[in-house]
Amino acid sequence: MTEAALAEGSVGAAAAPARAGNKQLDLRVLLGLVLPVGLALGWEAAVRFGLAQGRLVPPPSRILQTFAELARSGELSTHVWATLWRVAVGFGLGAAGGILLGALSGISDTSRRLLDPTLQALRAIPSIAWVPLFILWLGIFEASKVALIAVGVFFPVYLGVAGAIMSVDRKLVEVGRVFRLSRSAQVRRILLPAILPETIIALRSGLGLGFMFVVAAEFMGASEGLGYLLVDGQQMGKPDRILAAIIAFALLGKLADAILVAATRPLLRWQDVSRERL
Amino acid sequence: MLVLDRLSKTYADGTAALSNVSLQVRPGEIVALIGGSGCGKTTALRLIAGLDRPSAGAVRLDDELVVEPHPAIGIVFQEPRLLPWHTVADNVGFGLMDRPAAERREIVAHALERVGLAEHAHRWPKELSGGQQQRVAIARSFVTRPKVLLLDEPFSALDAFTRASLHEHLFRLWDETRPTVLVVTHDVSEAVTLADRVVVMRPKPGRVDDELDLGLARPRDRMSAAVEVATRRVLAALDRSLKPVQNRPAGGPAGNALWW
Repeated sequence: MTEAALAEGSVGAAAAPARAGNKQLDLRVLLGLVLPVGLALGWEAAVRFGLAQGRLVPPPSRILQTFAELARSGELSTHVWATLWRVAVGFGLGAAGGILLGALSGISDTSRRLLDPTLQALRAIPSIAWVPLFILWLGIFEASKVALIAVGVFFPVYLGVAGAIMSVDRKLVEVGRVFRLSRSAQVRRILLPAILPETIIALRSGLGLGFMFVVAAEFMGASEGLGYLLVDGQQMGKPDRILAAIIAFALLGKLADAILVAATRPLLRWQDVSRERL
Repeated sequence: MLVLDRLSKTYADGTAALSNVSLQVRPGEIVALIGGSGCGKTTALRLIAGLDRPSAGAVRLDDELVVEPHPAIGIVFQEPRLLPWHTVADNVGFGLMDRPAAERREIVAHALERVGLAEHAHRWPKELSGGQQQRVAIARSFVTRPKVLLLDEPFSALDAFTRASLHEHLFRLWDETRPTVLVVTHDVSEAVTLADRVVVMRPKPGRVDDELDLGLARPRDRMSAAVEVATRRVLAALDRSLKPVQNRPAGGPAGNALWW
C-alpha cells in the first residue's frame, strides 16, 4: 500500500511539475505512516499464516471486526454517549471554574494573593488521589466521576487564563486609556480579544485532560462508558474489545479537539503566527 | 493654549526624569522636543497625555487641568500599537465607537485616503509594513480631531525615505484641522522639517535648555539656505545642551560644531 502510494506520488509529480512541492510534502507525510501500517500488516500476516496466535494481541482485522460489531449492536454508542456526557459536564464545570478563578487571579492582585497559593497547593496533588474522597462524598455514581473530570480540567484552564490576563500588553492597554474607554469597554475591546488565543489553548489542554480523567473515573466502578469497556475487556480476557475502546477514545479525543479548534478559528484570523497551528 | 507649568516628575526609584519644565504652545503651533537620551522628552509627553501624574506642577489645556487622558489630546506612540484583532479600518475608527456607524465609516475612509491606505482598509495589521502601520496609527489619532497631538518619536524606527513620506502624510492631515503638535524626536532634520519652534532639553534631571524659534515658512524646501541655517542653529543648541553647564560660554555664538 505504501509502495503504491509512493509510486502514485512520483507519477503525480512527473505529470504536474508545478505541484511538485506539494507532492513532496505529501510523501513526507506518508513516510510517517510506514511504521504503523507496516507493523499492522506484518502482524496481520503473521497471524494469518499461523506464525502467531494473536490471542493476547489480536490482529487489526479482528479489532476492526469487534469495533464494527460493537457499533452495529448499539453497544458502542451507549458507551460513547455515557463517556461524552461525563466529559462534557466535567469539562463545562471545570472550564467555567477555571475561567472564573483565573480571571479573578489575573485581574486583581489581592485576589491572586488570596487564591493562588491555595490553588497551587491543590494543583500539586495528583488528581487521582481525590478519587476515594470524592466517592465518599459524592457516591459512586455520576457526581464523583464528573467531579474528578472537572478537577482535571480546572487547573490548566485556571493557569492559562490567569497567565493570559497578566501578560496582556501594557502598551495596548494604554491605547485604551488614551481613547478613554470605560472599564467595561477596556475589558470587551482589549482584554478579552488579547487573552483569547491563550485561553483557547488552555481549554484545549483542559479538554485533553478531561478525556484522561474520564478513563480514571470510569475505572472506579461504572456500568457503561468507554472506560468501562476497557475494564470489561480486561476482566473477560478480550483484548480486541480493549483495543476497540482505545481506538474510540483516540477518535473521540481528536474529534472533540478538532471541533474546538474549528469553532474558534474564525476568532483568531488576526493572529500573526508563523504557521498554521496544529 | 497648552501650558506646562513647572512640571516635575520623579519616579519611585528616585530618578528625576523631569525638573521644573515650563512651556507654552499656541493653538496650531508645531513644537519639536529634542535632546539626548534620558532628558525627559517622553516623560513630558506622557504627562501631557495624562498617562502619568506629575510629581509637581501641572499641565493645562485652555485653562483646564489635565490629570488623565483628555478627549482633546491625542498621542502617536513610538510603535504603532495597533490592535491586532481589528482590521485597519476598525483600528482607525477605534476612538469613534460612540458615533453612528455610517458617520464612522465616512471619517475612517477619509482619513485612510489621506494617509494613502484606502485600499488596505480591510486588511489585518500584521499584513502591513512598519511604515504603513505607523500611518494607520497617525490616522487613528487624527480622526477624533484632537486640539493637541503628541508624537513620541513616531518615525524613529523607519528608514529615511519612509520617514520623509510620512512627514508629508502628517502634514496633509495636520493641514485639515491645524491641531497643536508636540513632537519628540532625536533627529535634527526631522525637527527642522516639521517644527515652528524647537525646544532643546538637557538630561539629569530633564529640563528645558534652550528654545529656538525657527521662523521658517511652509512648505519647506529641505535644500534651501534658510533650512540649512535653521539646522545649524538647532545642532549648535543641541551641542551646547550635551556639555556640562559650567563649560558653557556665556551668551556664546552659535557654533558650527556638530553635536556628535
